[in-house]
Amino acid sequence: MNLYNYASQTPVLPAIPPLMRDIIGVVVISTFLLLIAIVLIWLMRKVIARMQKRIGPNRVGGRYGLLQPVADVMKLLTKEQITPAGADRWAYELAPILIVVASLIVWAVMPFAPGLIGVDLNIGLFYIMAVSSVSVVTFLLAGWGSNNKYALLGAFRAVAQLVSYEVPFILAMLVPILLARSMSTVSIIEDQTVPYLFVVPLAALIFFISALAETGTTPFDLLEAESEIIAGFHIEYSGMKFAMFFLAEFLGALFMSALFSTLFLGGWNIPIINLIISLFGGQPIDLAAMGIAGTIIGLFVFLAKTFLIYFVFLWIRATWPRVRVDQILSLNWKVLVPISLVLILVVAILDKMIPEGTTELVRAGLFLASNVLIIFVALEIMRRSARRQRMEVAGMETVDSGTHEITEAAAAD
Amino acid sequence: MVEQILFVLLAIITLGSALFVVTDRNLFHAALALMVSFAGVAGIYITLDAGFLAMAQLLVYIGAISILIIFAIMMTRRLMQAVEMPFNSQRWLGLFGAVITFVVLAVVIGRYWPIAPSADTFLASIPAVDPEVMSGSVARLGVSFVNPDAYVIPFEVASVLLLAALVGAIVVAWPKVEDKS
Repeated sequence: MNLYNYASQTPVLPAIPPLMRDIIGVVVISTFLLLIAIVLIWLMRKVIARMQKRIGPNRVGGRYGLLQPVADVMKLLTKEQITPAGADRWAYELAPILIVVASLIVWAVMPFAPGLIGVDLNIGLFYIMAVSSVSVVTFLLAGWGSNNKYALLGAFRAVAQLVSYEVPFILAMLVPILLARSMSTVSIIEDQTVPYLFVVPLAALIFFISALAETGTTPFDLLEAESEIIAGFHIEYSGMKFAMFFLAEFLGALFMSALFSTLFLGGWNIPIINLIISLFGGQPIDLAAMGIAGTIIGLFVFLAKTFLIYFVFLWIRATWPRVRVDQILSLNWKVLVPISLVLILVVAILDKMIPEGTTELVRAGLFLASNVLIIFVALEIMRRSARRQRMEVAGMETVDSGTHEITEAAAAD
Repeated sequence: MVEQILFVLLAIITLGSALFVVTDRNLFHAALALMVSFAGVAGIYITLDAGFLAMAQLLVYIGAISILIIFAIMMTRRLMQAVEMPFNSQRWLGLFGAVITFVVLAVVIGRYWPIAPSADTFLASIPAVDPEVMSGSVARLGVSFVNPDAYVIPFEVASVLLLAALVGAIVVAWPKVEDKS
């Protein structure tokens, strides 16, 4: 069941042709998201201000500065549109449009509540991976089209970071896919009797870190890095075009939060409450079978989880410093990718080894134990490698042998 | 009816941008047009109910190959002046390849013409796909990749090829070790 079927079942809407239904569905979801972006802007400014011991917006629109985003948008709309000299017009004008389109179309497979989904594709998560990898192109368009060296540097950084963090991002998504045996977002939600956060916490952690990098949030905001390359790929954009990059960033962060809550927290479902109920011998609550009430409760649960994760995003954004370029890439290729490959292997083998009749809680416990084991082994390996590096640095200082190569050769001997 | 209109639109987009790729003198624009062409092919896959294939097309051809091409252009050409002649010394070789491909395609398609069983008119509706077949298609695709009776050998050969390319890339990028003696 999808949104259109749902809408056509309600008596308010008369029978409408399928194409019309599709267009209405697209308009409704897009408008909803663009409206939510207003809340996101206000939330970000207010939460980050509070964390940094400031008050934040407090003048426009009453006590809490609720109308601040409206004032922001008014300011952006009245600004002059400046096109840099020598810009590649096609690339320059298309980039802000395409980036917003890319950040909107991924929501098509996001289940907001039972029955409230754009379209339940059987390749839902694969669709998300494909669209998010294509959206990298928009950064190149913006960076190249602006005819600015900082913009181009920002675009290079963006592509290097986004393309490499796609690898752990997809690998971490494969773990819930393995457990649920489906790439459909709805099936993954319905399969979670225990939220996957408590089954495969390592996958959730890797997913979260790479989601931070994919959205370019601190500590991975190298693509913007105001102090190094000013603003990166969108430096030459002004007014509303600039705002569209920010809109895409907000929607991207919210989408990652929503995806995290879908994959690892059970989305609109209430697995923890159901577990407690079934522990006391009661009948678990099936929101999907409750009709309109289930939809409303499900939407509320989904938004609560999503905004909780979004709050963690803001928390990290407000408090963490930026990492270096080499650190960002070595964290990815030397830590996240190997760990996630091992994790997939372990989860796949364990999934086959656990006998059929085992209860969900025992299964979850076994997966959890394997995850904790992998975390310990990985931390031990990292500790040793870091220790060796420190020894090398210390050796280089005492011997004072000049170049790094010699010390490395000595260490190899 | 809708499918045919969609197909014609997608075909125009695909072929038009492909033509743009080979005629435009700005290499960066040509690379962008190549992406549009790839996206058009993905759209045709979607109209054929081959969602997985369409997404793989987007992921591999636009998400990876096109970005690689753009990177190569950005790294090797002068910034914003990437204006080239669309023809170079390999033009006759290219023409030869194009003609061979066209002949092969024409022979293969001609042998199976008409392709659709009910292709009476151009605007006849395409036969609907069994939803039962659609729902398990991804799982069956995965199983046939590792099934000895199906595609396990091509799949593994492709994996080995990719691994070799990966190792080769690392070897090429490896910093030269100075001879210390």
